[in-house]
Amino acid sequence: MISYFILNIPSAIPWFDFNRINVLITLAVFFCFLLYFIGRAKKGKSLFIRRIAGLDAIEEAVGRATEMGRPILYIPGIEDMDNIQTVASMIILGNVAKMAATYETPLIVPICRPFVVPVAEESVQQGYLAAGKPDAYDKNSVRYISDEQFAYTAGVNGIMLRERPAANLMFGSFFAESLLMAETGFSTGAIQVAGTANIHQLPFFVVACDYTIIGEELYAVSAYLSKEPKLLGTLKGSDLAKLVIMIILVLGAILITANILWFKNWFFVQ
Amino acid sequence: MRREVPLVICFLLGALFIADYFISNPTFDRIAQTINQWAIIVISFAYVLGVANIARINTGVIKRREKDWVFKLVLLFGLLLMVILGIGWGIREGTVFYWVYMNAYYPMQATMFALLAFFIASAAFRAFRIRSWEAGLLAITAIAVMIGRVPVGEAVWKNFPNFTEWIMDAPQMAAKRAIMIGAALGAISTGLKVLTGLERTYLGGD
Repeated sequence: MISYFILNIPSAIPWFDFNRINVLITLAVFFCFLLYFIGRAKKGKSLFIRRIAGLDAIEEAVGRATEMGRPILYIPGIEDMDNIQTVASMIILGNVAKMAATYETPLIVPICRPFVVPVAEESVQQGYLAAGKPDAYDKNSVRYISDEQFAYTAGVNGIMLRERPAANLMFGSFFAESLLMAETGFSTGAIQVAGTANIHQLPFFVVACDYTIIGEELYAVSAYLSKEPKLLGTLKGSDLAKLVIMIILVLGAILITANILWFKNWFFVQ
Repeated sequence: MRREVPLVICFLLGALFIADYFISNPTFDRIAQTINQWAIIVISFAYVLGVANIARINTGVIKRREKDWVFKLVLLFGLLLMVILGIGWGIREGTVFYWVYMNAYYPMQATMFALLAFFIASAAFRAFRIRSWEAGLLAITAIAVMIGRVPVGEAVWKNFPNFTEWIMDAPQMAAKRAIMIGAALGAISTGLKVLTGLERTYLGGD
């Protein structure tokens, strides 16, 4: 009876779709978690974040490129700015550009989508500015290659084979080209750190790269590298949300086994 | 104002599209779709930036006669050729543009894709070196799945394909879903950070 009621609430008010109220409640709860931990971070409470080897390796990769006198290649994926992974990649690029500027290491950023070009240029420029070296910024470091997936891959492979970067950093959304680029980078002897939330490409990165950042860790890079309290707070909020989801999954499995379906049905999105 | 105005625009439009998901009013849907079309039009202007970027960087290399400058010349020639052919005679089937695309670019694309087979073999060779118990488990599971996917698996043991399907449907699916849940939460968190202005790196310098 309860499940029938929940699933059949009529959309009497034309402005709000009550069939999606479960999504709104979930989003609101998640947002509350984020706000709570941001508040704690602002009050100066220290927030523990576990060590992520792949993220520590970014600075190691930049350092290696500096010692060898070779450039860093940063590949932000092949999707446009409407993909959240590309947004996260641009945030990471700013941090990497700041490191590159500090160590005075050349940075090459090949781009697949033209709309990402000005964003990448701003991110790199911002990084150089943050490092106190705005004059060292080279606007030719950001290069638009091609919209076409494999033309872009061929261009990036060409950069790897000609310019021999010592460090390849691949963060963003990747598809079939991931292994092509990672294997080419491996053949040049570069240290490779990759991160994507596209799970179908993770096995290729795990095999071909020295360090792989898996799924959610891609979105944690900004907070991890900058150690800014508000960003760390959002990380803790996400972790609490994951814990709640785990509890819901276990509870849901137990209730379904007992043939109690209303709990599972509440999460059904129409 | 240079940072505040984009932040406000970002927040308002982000909130609009989130609200569009929950509001079923047709007028509101039309507003959201119109703004989406505006975004597509703005993005299309970015192609001008892309072409300008290619032209600037490659003409610089050609002028300075840097290494492999001839290939940059070929690149610019190809770019110009396709633009002229496309604008002059169209891109539909039967045009010169279409012929060049299908007979030059398409085979090159297929060639790049075909390289994957060799790269997968070399990557697998490195991945399946058994140096630890986890690597051993990976190798055994991968071999079991590969055998179960080919007819010889069923010939060896009639339930091999079912066993392979169980590996893909149970432990593999569980791990994949766990990563997907984490990634989805991270994506929502990043989206909220950008919308609320907590994350401003993409805006550029002060």
